[in-house]
Amino acid sequence: MFEGKQVIVIGERDGVAGPAIATCVETAGGSVAFMATECFV
Amino acid sequence: MPEAAVVRAASTVLAHAPGLARHGSKPARTLPGDPELQARFSDNLRGFGEAVGYPPHQAFLGACHPRELPPRPWAGTALPDADRFTPFGELMPQEELLGLLAAVDEFDLLALAPEVAERAAKRLAAHPLAATLDLSRIPAATGDVAAAVEAGALPLHLAPEAQAGALRPGHEEDEALTAPVLLENLVCKATGTLALLHLLHDNGLDPGAVQYTISCSEEAVGDRYQRGGGNMGKTIAAAAGLTESSGADVKDFCAAPIPALVMAASLVVAGVFDQVAVVAGGSLPKLGMKFEGQLRHGLPVLEDVLGGAAMLVTADDGISPRIRLDAVGRHRVSSGGSNAQILHDLAVRPLEAAGLRMTEVDDYATELHDPEVTEPQGSGDVAARNYRTIAALAARRGEIGRDELDAFAARHGMPGYAPTQGHIASALCYLPHALARLRAGTAQRALLLAKGSLFLGRMSQGSDGMSVLLERNGN
Repeated sequence: MFEGKQVIVIGERDGVAGPAIATCVETAGGSVAFMATECFV
Repeated sequence: MPEAAVVRAASTVLAHAPGLARHGSKPARTLPGDPELQARFSDNLRGFGEAVGYPPHQAFLGACHPRELPPRPWAGTALPDADRFTPFGELMPQEELLGLLAAVDEFDLLALAPEVAERAAKRLAAHPLAATLDLSRIPAATGDVAAAVEAGALPLHLAPEAQAGALRPGHEEDEALTAPVLLENLVCKATGTLALLHLLHDNGLDPGAVQYTISCSEEAVGDRYQRGGGNMGKTIAAAAGLTESSGADVKDFCAAPIPALVMAASLVVAGVFDQVAVVAGGSLPKLGMKFEGQLRHGLPVLEDVLGGAAMLVTADDGISPRIRLDAVGRHRVSSGGSNAQILHDLAVRPLEAAGLRMTEVDDYATELHDPEVTEPQGSGDVAARNYRTIAALAARRGEIGRDELDAFAARHGMPGYAPTQGHIASALCYLPHALARLRAGTAQRALLLAKGSLFLGRMSQGSDGMSVLLERNGN
């Protein structure tokens, strides 16, 4: 799904954290160019 | 040794600080160099009457329960009979706040314009807590504000153009003692002291009986060799006249109040101390944090108040709500970062340990940020989001039906009503409400749960959280 693609990952603490999204991206063949988790409060 | 610890009393306070709002992290980064935005920011600051009447503030201060709040919108409305002094504490006007900063300033950091010092001293002399404050420091802080600013002090304002005071740096080179850092710390000390003084005064408690004071505030007091050295707990204890107290700080981002409460109860149950105070001062950097969204939606700058909270933990007195140390939830390392898993650790596991169903907890207190503040900036309704997840966990356990999520959230949750003061909005703000309901018997149990964003400090990708169950005494 993400073969050959670079992905910017922004996670949220109260939703899905960055590392979890990054793991999914990499499992799907993508490469994580930037990953962060943010807190909006 | 006592069998259980109780929360004997709790307080919450607000300090109206529209003049300091420009020193919040977001305004301080975005306002300079943009005169048009500066003007819109200044034009949309609230007056004291607006801040007092704002319904979420009155709920925060105990004039009503959050579930009794009128329907939104709240901005531009006022709760009937709203008063500055409330069941849980007060909302202090900014001129008195400047006086309070001077009264707790032990290092001549603050210079106040003569007329400001005079008015602040006069007004604080008539304050119910006047006898507990060192008001002599206010006239002593009178100084040449313009000269102080010229020498490198940070100008402070009551109105947009008029300099009311200035805060001097604590050192010429130390980046941990710059004026903005010291203002942050002094504001935290002042509001924490105000909360602790209300706790003692309003509940007739003996300051000499408190043996330990734990701060769960968000500031980092220190110098360049130890930037977060502390100790705000003992600092506030001393400022509030707790002569027999020592203290320390608990840091866990916004989650800190719950581990502080659990540690306080543990110290009491272990017989180490008879009485432990937990205190939280306000967070200056969060003033105006989401102001751009508020201005975009025609709202005033709502993040113009600093929070404060305090509680006293003692041995079981047979009356006050018990702290169930056998029902403490902790966000484990192995639980990872998904919100559902975090809330399972915090809202399910401690109840399982205590042999309780989720429906047997009357009130869940989670992150109770005012949605009128968070939604315009795209952060959503934080409280509602958490209650939805907690309700889903109850449904997954088969305690409620899938069509009962909203009813569960309405019955066991509440609307967010706290200013975005991080740790204070995270369950801590509900503690005095919980005490009132558990004492009156309108509730049997309340679960306080808070989360902290460790990843913001760039040392861990993780987050943390802790929860604790409070129970009506005699159950």
